[in-house]
Amino acid sequence: MAGEIIKVSGLVHRYGDFEAVRGISFAVEQGEVFSFLGPNGAGKSTAINVLTTLLRIQHGSARVAGFDVATEPARVRESIGIVFQEVTLDRDMTCWEILEFHGCLYRMPYGERRKRIEELLAVVELDAKRDTLTKHLSGGMKRRLEIARGLMTRPKVLFLDEPTIGLDPQTRRRMWDYIKAVNEEGTTIFLTTHYMDEADQLSDRISIIDHGQIIATGRGWDLKNRLAEDVIYLETSDNGRSKEIVGAMDGVTEVKEKTNGFVALVNQDGTHLLPRIMDEIRGQGIRIVTVNLKKPSMDDVFVHFTGRNLRDERAERPSAAIARAGRR
Amino acid sequence: MHFGFLTIYWRDMIRFVRFRTLLVSSLVQPALWMAFFGIAMSASFNRLTPDVPPIPGVPPIGYLTFMAAGVIAMTTLFTSLFGGMVLLFDKNWGLLREVMASPLPRDHVIFGIALSGMTKSFIQALIIMVFGMLLGAEFFRGYSAGQVAISVLGILLFVGIFSLGFLFLSAAIAISLESPEGMQGIMTLLTMPIFFASNALYPVNAFPPVLQAVSIGNPLTHLVNGIRYFAIGDRYQAIGVLYTTTPSGLLFSLSVLVVFGLAMFGLAWWRFQRAVVT
Repeated sequence: MAGEIIKVSGLVHRYGDFEAVRGISFAVEQGEVFSFLGPNGAGKSTAINVLTTLLRIQHGSARVAGFDVATEPARVRESIGIVFQEVTLDRDMTCWEILEFHGCLYRMPYGERRKRIEELLAVVELDAKRDTLTKHLSGGMKRRLEIARGLMTRPKVLFLDEPTIGLDPQTRRRMWDYIKAVNEEGTTIFLTTHYMDEADQLSDRISIIDHGQIIATGRGWDLKNRLAEDVIYLETSDNGRSKEIVGAMDGVTEVKEKTNGFVALVNQDGTHLLPRIMDEIRGQGIRIVTVNLKKPSMDDVFVHFTGRNLRDERAERPSAAIARAGRR
Repeated sequence: MHFGFLTIYWRDMIRFVRFRTLLVSSLVQPALWMAFFGIAMSASFNRLTPDVPPIPGVPPIGYLTFMAAGVIAMTTLFTSLFGGMVLLFDKNWGLLREVMASPLPRDHVIFGIALSGMTKSFIQALIIMVFGMLLGAEFFRGYSAGQVAISVLGILLFVGIFSLGFLFLSAAIAISLESPEGMQGIMTLLTMPIFFASNALYPVNAFPPVLQAVSIGNPLTHLVNGIRYFAIGDRYQAIGVLYTTTPSGLLFSLSVLVVFGLAMFGLAWWRFQRAVVT
């Protein structure tokens, strides 16, 4: 860790009346993988577009790789690599041409360019596809080629906007391996994602972003620990009374009702606490139907900090649309 | 010196060569104009012209020769006006993002696209010259090999400057719009008056004064002047009208094209500085 490579303070971005980014401040340390985790429309892409100088900064300040995005956009551009959310490969160019074009855009000298292309084609395992038009590549190959492109100029920071969106689970895991390998080579990675597991697996630190604001920042385990050490789920023959009993016990920080039972967030080792909880409940003559003990997931963390579930939010939209259609 | 525009040029030429249909149609289309429109029109014009008393002492030229210069000009106009369309597609497909996020200065994007459009216009102009002469257009009559070479270069100079002007305009429109349909509509609106209020296919002498004034301000008229000067000569008659081009007249035509090109570059530059591509 050698200082802050991205430093943002008081960033605000509006589209007309709509405030997409509402005053965010954060810093990314050199060499780390930093994630913005949030639902679609949270302002992640807007923030990334400002940091990569595609959008002009409106309010606040941002420095990337030591340069101010407002006054030295060209220097920022030279120092970063970007993998966009959508595929941005020319369908009618070959893998080799895509990389060559990119190297030329950034004025890489001939020798260095050619050498780098060979290295990267090997790294992303597209050696055999060098003369294949990108329209004939699979989704995962396209993504790998885009990552190779983002790395062509040996950027100080690589921006990845939803890098594994639309990829199958197996390909996603391979993408994560590539990203980790790139990071191990020393490239700082700034990632946006709406996948909990992705943020959790890849990141050194995560900022949870929602409605244009950063709600919490920290290491994955740190965020989880802030929530609770363990989560205990219980279904009993009398959930109401059980909740009261458990809620009054030492070590239980919060009790939340669920559809058929309730969860208790505990601030000590759940494996020791759980038998005591069960004894207490049984002691009151209540039957226990189901019990479950787990570490909090990023999903739990997200729900805790935003007050809602990522999946709930996405599920709500189509049904709302159907309801609207029904009214017509 | 920064040669970044060559990167943009290289990529656009790759596409030109790789899209077989685009390549073939853009080469065949001007030839078809010559073959169908040229032969049909010259047949009817040549039937009428004998009734017009010839001007003594001035070499007459056939209609096919006259209009072949106009077809070169027209093809250049169409190709150049549509040359910027690729930017619109690049923008809509997200391909322009990579370029806009790179350190490449934006005027290089304009230059790169304009240069590739100009190359296409050169290729088309040469095809029409060769094909037109095969059909019987009397270009370079009585010229020595050296004169032919100079004349071809002169034609390409005019075609080049003219095409750059319209490519800049096309790029400016493309970067400002969202929909290809909208661009198509604007192009159609533009080509109509530019093409018909010019001397490409017929003399402007018979135009009403307003239309004549328009044709004098029309870059296409000046392109046609230049092509005819180099391909046919500085003094000839066609369809009973005397055409003379003095060196100063030629220079004036060239100046109009240069001024137009610079103005359009200014427009494109301004639009590109303001363009936001995300």
